[in-house]
Amino acid sequence: MMRKLIFISLIIGFSLSACHFLCYAEDVSSAELINNARQYDGKVVLYKGEVIGDIMMRKEFVWINVNDGINAIGIWSNKDLVKDIVYTGNYKSRGDVVEVRGVFHRACLEHGGDLDIHIDELRKINSGVVIKEKPDIAKRNQAFVLLGILGLALLLSQLKKEKHK
Amino acid sequence: MILRPRVSDIKNISYYLGKVIIGLGLTMIVPIVIGLGFQETNPTLDFLISLAITLLIGIILTRICRTEEDLDWMQGMIVVSLSWLVAMALGALPLYLSGHYKSYLDACFETMSVFTTTGLTLVQDLDHLSYAHNLWRHLGNFIGGQGIAIVALSFFIKGTSGAFKMYVGEGRDERLLPNVINTARFIWLISGVYLVLGTLILGIVGMSIGMKPWNAFFHSACIFMAGFDTAGFAPQSQNILYYHSLLFEAVIIVIMLLGTLNFNLHFQMWFGNRKEIWKNIETRTLFFTVLVFSFITAVGLNQLKVYPEAIALFRKGFFHLISGHTGTGYMTIYARQFINEWGNLALVGLICAMGLGGCVCSTAGGIKMLRIGIFFKALKQDIKRIILPERAVVSQMFHHIKDVFLQDRQVRSALLITLAYLGLYMLGAIIGTWLGYPFLNSLFESTSAAANVGLSCGITDASMPAALKLTYIFQMWAGRLEFMSIFVLIGFFLAEIKGR
Repeated sequence: MMRKLIFISLIIGFSLSACHFLCYAEDVSSAELINNARQYDGKVVLYKGEVIGDIMMRKEFVWINVNDGINAIGIWSNKDLVKDIVYTGNYKSRGDVVEVRGVFHRACLEHGGDLDIHIDELRKINSGVVIKEKPDIAKRNQAFVLLGILGLALLLSQLKKEKHK
Repeated sequence: MILRPRVSDIKNISYYLGKVIIGLGLTMIVPIVIGLGFQETNPTLDFLISLAITLLIGIILTRICRTEEDLDWMQGMIVVSLSWLVAMALGALPLYLSGHYKSYLDACFETMSVFTTTGLTLVQDLDHLSYAHNLWRHLGNFIGGQGIAIVALSFFIKGTSGAFKMYVGEGRDERLLPNVINTARFIWLISGVYLVLGTLILGIVGMSIGMKPWNAFFHSACIFMAGFDTAGFAPQSQNILYYHSLLFEAVIIVIMLLGTLNFNLHFQMWFGNRKEIWKNIETRTLFFTVLVFSFITAVGLNQLKVYPEAIALFRKGFFHLISGHTGTGYMTIYARQFINEWGNLALVGLICAMGLGGCVCSTAGGIKMLRIGIFFKALKQDIKRIILPERAVVSQMFHHIKDVFLQDRQVRSALLITLAYLGLYMLGAIIGTWLGYPFLNSLFESTSAAANVGLSCGITDASMPAALKLTYIFQMWAGRLEFMSIFVLIGFFLAEIKGR
């Protein structure tokens, strides 16, 4: 009886740890991935950040670049996974913040040695937003004053030139 | 006895410096137009403020120091060396106002890197930088690549011998046409035609890899300007890795190689002398050194199994070797990967390639292929002298646009500049090591700065010590101007202090 209990406990323990290893990916930053690329190579990782720039379609797949505030990393995904992405980060907008789960590659064989993540899961955490630019009043005033002085200087310079003639 | 500079010297220098500053100010109109076009209000204001300040300084200098005199050699050299410092200080204004730089020193670092076509960057949050500011970073490559002083003069002055002195002061001494102003304009023409073609090709490739049309063409123009002028800047923080495309990288390799070639060679090709590319000592030396250092880098990478497939070795190993050798600095890996993954042998191969640089009379930095070619020829001549009977007259020729007899003064001049470059590389490496960075990392970054390459192994960062930022600024400046005008500037200040 005792033997059976120990055997069952061992089986359960082993299954739980295996399940944890397979199902739960590590949540890592871009700096951690880049600095320990060999260690994470081929492992499933969870990575979070803002989608920036273009969403680049490649047949059935797509490249997006996700920036976690330190670096941006290329994400290779099936195009269906990214259909919820509306905003991408640039001067005029904050991109959608996404959490992706996939296999990290230090030097991806499929993509000419790129450091990338091939994902099978993408979750939008925060929606992006169009940034409404507020004109900086101090800058505007400075520009007016300086341009006024410049105009005056040009005028004086022109008058001096004509006087010389 | 050292003679103290006269008031007329200072007046002359200030007048021409004023002209250069006005020229720089006028170039700010381009980002203003872009800013207005994209309704980027604050960036437009940044450029309006900077334009007003720059033009005011230029107008004041030209009005107060008005002169009809032409520049002599000393004055020409000083105008050039000061122009680059003033351009750095004024060109940094819009970048600093953008709020994407932690300090004005960082913005100055960036601007020096922009104008000297280096490519090291301290920008923060590049992925959210405005179109106007981004264009300024890349347009600066185009302006700096041609030479700040000569750019200003080629548009403001009609035929002057002073212009030639400034042309030489900016590290060039080959004239394509008898008149140096026409030479400068021809260089503009070549660059302009390539810009249109390059932007078109890269734009089409950009669209084919999934970029939005406008973004594809904006990126293409930026990438072309920074690639052809061997600068290595890009509109996104991942540099060329952002595009994830072999085709895009292949086109960039061609652009980098075109940019590193002598403008004189472009001139010859332009007028149908296509054989020149095969006969020229520079292209032959470039081919040889690319071969040697590609081999060394590939062996180094293979030893550590960094890239297990040939295509990856090409896209990472060969791409960076060409990027470093041409003085461009485009990257498809992250800076820390050089140190963490590449290993010492591959890094040494890359450092050597960066140090050697591209061709003379191009936008590339480093020792330059002509000088390396001359060393090979001199070595060959010396070996011949030993082997042949003592009475034999040994002469050595090389082909550079025309057949030239090798003379001792050419070897001496090449050796002096080479030693100066090696000294400059070591200076940055020693200061970097002194400030706590490992020697190989310091040497890598120092060579990259002094040879105006722009590849980084991770040292260049906003958090690095100010002393190192100043060191790299000096290295980029000295490396771009090839020392002579800087020595003259130092001599000028010494004469002001010690002269009678």
